[in-house]
Amino acid sequence: MSQPPMEEWHVERQIVDLSKKRGKAKNRRRGSQQDGRTKLEREDVPMASGEPAAAPADVALSVRELSVSLPQGMERAYAIENVSFDLKRGQILCIIGESGSGKSVTANAIMGLLPKVIRVTSGAINLNGTNIVGLAREKLRSLRGRVVSMIFQDPLSALNPLMTVGAQIEEVMVAHDVGTPASRRSRAIDLLIEVGLPDPQLMYHQYPFRLSGGQRQRVMIAMALALEPAILIADEPTTALDVTTQAQILQLIRDIQRRKGMSVMFITHDFGVVAEIADHVVVMEKGHCVEQGSAAQVLKSPGHLYTRRLIAAVPHLTGKDRIPSEAGERASILKVECLAKTYRSGSALFRTQRIVPAVNGVSFDLTSGRTLGVVGESGSGKSSLGRLLIKLMECDGGSILFEGRDIAGLSEAEFRPLRPKIQMIFQDPFASLNPRSTVGQILTVGPVAHGMPYDEACERARELLSHVGLDAGAFERYPHEFSGGQRQRVGIARALMFKPKLLIADEAVSALDVSIQAQILKLLDQIQRETGVSMIFITHDLRVASQICDEIAVMHRGQIVERGPPSQIFLDPKSTYTRELVAAIPGEQPLSMPEHAEYGGHHKGGETL
Amino acid sequence: MSAFLLNRLLQSIVLLVIVSIIGFTVLNLMPGGPLAQFGLDPGMTQKDVERLAAQLGLNRPLWMQYLDWAWRLLQGDWGHSFRDGSSVLTVIGRHLLATLLLMGTSTAFAIGVGAWIGIRGATHRYSLFDYCATVGAMVALSVPTFWFGLIGIYIFTLKLGWVPAGNMYTIGDGSILDYLHHLILPSLVLSLVHVAIWSRYMRTATLDALSQDFVKTARAKGVSERRILLKHVIGNALLPMITLAGMQLPSILTGALVTETVFTWPGMGRLFLDSLGYSDYPVVMGLLIFSAILVLLGNLIADIVIATVDPRIRLA
Repeated sequence: MSQPPMEEWHVERQIVDLSKKRGKAKNRRRGSQQDGRTKLEREDVPMASGEPAAAPADVALSVRELSVSLPQGMERAYAIENVSFDLKRGQILCIIGESGSGKSVTANAIMGLLPKVIRVTSGAINLNGTNIVGLAREKLRSLRGRVVSMIFQDPLSALNPLMTVGAQIEEVMVAHDVGTPASRRSRAIDLLIEVGLPDPQLMYHQYPFRLSGGQRQRVMIAMALALEPAILIADEPTTALDVTTQAQILQLIRDIQRRKGMSVMFITHDFGVVAEIADHVVVMEKGHCVEQGSAAQVLKSPGHLYTRRLIAAVPHLTGKDRIPSEAGERASILKVECLAKTYRSGSALFRTQRIVPAVNGVSFDLTSGRTLGVVGESGSGKSSLGRLLIKLMECDGGSILFEGRDIAGLSEAEFRPLRPKIQMIFQDPFASLNPRSTVGQILTVGPVAHGMPYDEACERARELLSHVGLDAGAFERYPHEFSGGQRQRVGIARALMFKPKLLIADEAVSALDVSIQAQILKLLDQIQRETGVSMIFITHDLRVASQICDEIAVMHRGQIVERGPPSQIFLDPKSTYTRELVAAIPGEQPLSMPEHAEYGGHHKGGETL
Repeated sequence: MSAFLLNRLLQSIVLLVIVSIIGFTVLNLMPGGPLAQFGLDPGMTQKDVERLAAQLGLNRPLWMQYLDWAWRLLQGDWGHSFRDGSSVLTVIGRHLLATLLLMGTSTAFAIGVGAWIGIRGATHRYSLFDYCATVGAMVALSVPTFWFGLIGIYIFTLKLGWVPAGNMYTIGDGSILDYLHHLILPSLVLSLVHVAIWSRYMRTATLDALSQDFVKTARAKGVSERRILLKHVIGNALLPMITLAGMQLPSILTGALVTETVFTWPGMGRLFLDSLGYSDYPVVMGLLIFSAILVLLGNLIADIVIATVDPRIRLA
């Protein structure tokens, strides 16, 4: 009738992902899992055992041999197994791993927020010397928010839309019976100042929907700081934010941690963030802690193969331009001139109209077999541009010359025959495939509607599935049986069914883990070299753009502020805005990173996963 | 806000015109008509019938009749009943209170109990209570009301003799207790379906609110489960319920056809049925316009309430 509670759902999704990654190997693995793990731990986790039960005085939080079981019938029996680590006072500990690695389960176990079906089966969580595993619910509650606080990934949904910002901050104090209404109020305002929100008096009375994502995350931080907890757990707090906002929030967490001597447990999947903020790092894979050590040690000389793979998969600014595919005929595919789109809401009649110029005089051109990256923050108009180009939306002005023909003014019926030539790859591989259709139906329905015989469509679909790296059995299966990365492969195969001239990829890898991201980027690169398709790659991630694009256009407030090859954008940016964007990329000290991060056939033998 | 209200008012007027035209046309397309009953009356000659038709204006073209009716309506004249010549508004007024009493009681009961069952079902999901509530709701929704009504009369009136079988009061008594005594059975029977609907919707909405991230945030703040439910969950869960309540509003005043008939309750539902049977077109049209206005009003009130309680809509 409705969704299961958030946590359950999240774990389920992780498990589904996991099961796909493991695929056929599951039976074999089940048998040998025990041996494999102990071997790993002996070799790679020096701190895993032999520690005294009582933690030393400089340890704020000590997790010892923690195992959390999953309900029966799941792919694996444990969400995390025998995980041990220490969070030292006044330090930032990063827990890094891909989705399904158990990092969020670890955080929720520490907070005592695990859903009922998932239980801590063994191990200890020592908080200031007290083991909180098995503590009564009411005692756990009194610790939450007072001794340990937590901030979450998505600031847009983490605040109650019906309560003012001030009331939500005060609620922490109310819940723990601290202060009087007047003192709570002044404390809340102090906190708003502390996290750097403008006009705190006004902010206090504001409802969350009025705030931007970054501002809401600041409110979350203010809330977490209200009772000066010893430990802050941050569960991917910057993943949903723009790169410049991310840099600001990281800076804020760093500052506050230093000022208050707080201990921070920071969960992330991004090694760039780790490089930026961590003192100590714990690497998790499939519920096990595979490596831990100081940030410098783990980043510079990773011991475990998985860590090395993760680091290698992180996209880096190459600063080098892409070697274009073999020079064929360079035909102009797309030429856009002065394209404009303005959003109007409200009613002109009653003068309540709001006008937002989403795309404002954008011009560029694209030749065959090349990739143009469109980068910008949310609200920059990059997605609107994508929708205009594929005519999911009518433009207000300008022209779109596709193979020399202006498609801007075409009606839907006139444009329809051209649709197969321009295809789109969507951001969310979970939402963009119909869950009730098999992959085969998803791939063939479009071409059949455009007149391709069914048998031919099926044949081509099977061909493409193997081309994008899925086995032939995928044809009969449903989307939910695949992991995020595999679904995105299905999405790519779907777009290729028509032999398009132009692919528009709107944040096509943003929802994926870094290692999967690298694979998908490689696949797109390979496809382009084979088919000569042109691509417009829309992304908020400059690092990703630098990997795959021949040319990059930086969008800001509906306009292209700078356009050029990656080398210019990243090494010698002309506009201030581009400079800001580049500077905000986490963990990127230009040119100082070792050259392990390159991938892609023509950049020379990249890592394969 | 005022712009929004003005906009809605204009829309409502257009809708009312359309509803009245359709209603008027369909009513007059029905075979027979108000004078058909006299055709079999040996005391009436064809000439008498024609004279009556001319007198009532029924011999004019349909569009002229409609315009005449609409023009009078605009001036506040809802017309006169063919049956006893009293004005339509008086007729409606005579039945309105009875319906208000019955429907008001049962709706208030249904919303209260339904919301409670729904919230408890959501917070104790998959418990025995939840299963019983789910099965109960399915039964209440799938069994027709008249059956419940008749079974209720059979058990509580005929077998146990606890409550009267019908009517609103005992002739010659009419005390408040007597009214309440008569009210119990019909209002309970009527609320069965509504409790079922409300509990299902409320359960879904509560589960939805419970799964929101801000509930997790509240837990991470150390807020007690009770306060989470009261402060964060119920408020957000009630938002979609307001629309449902708005849709219920008209039925409070237009009555329940079946239940009122089974319990011979002198309310609006029975008035509608009777007037239709007597081809009392002015009253039928009056009821039609009355309920159309209520539907529009109910939706408007729901929208205004949502806009007042939800800051995202209030300030956007």
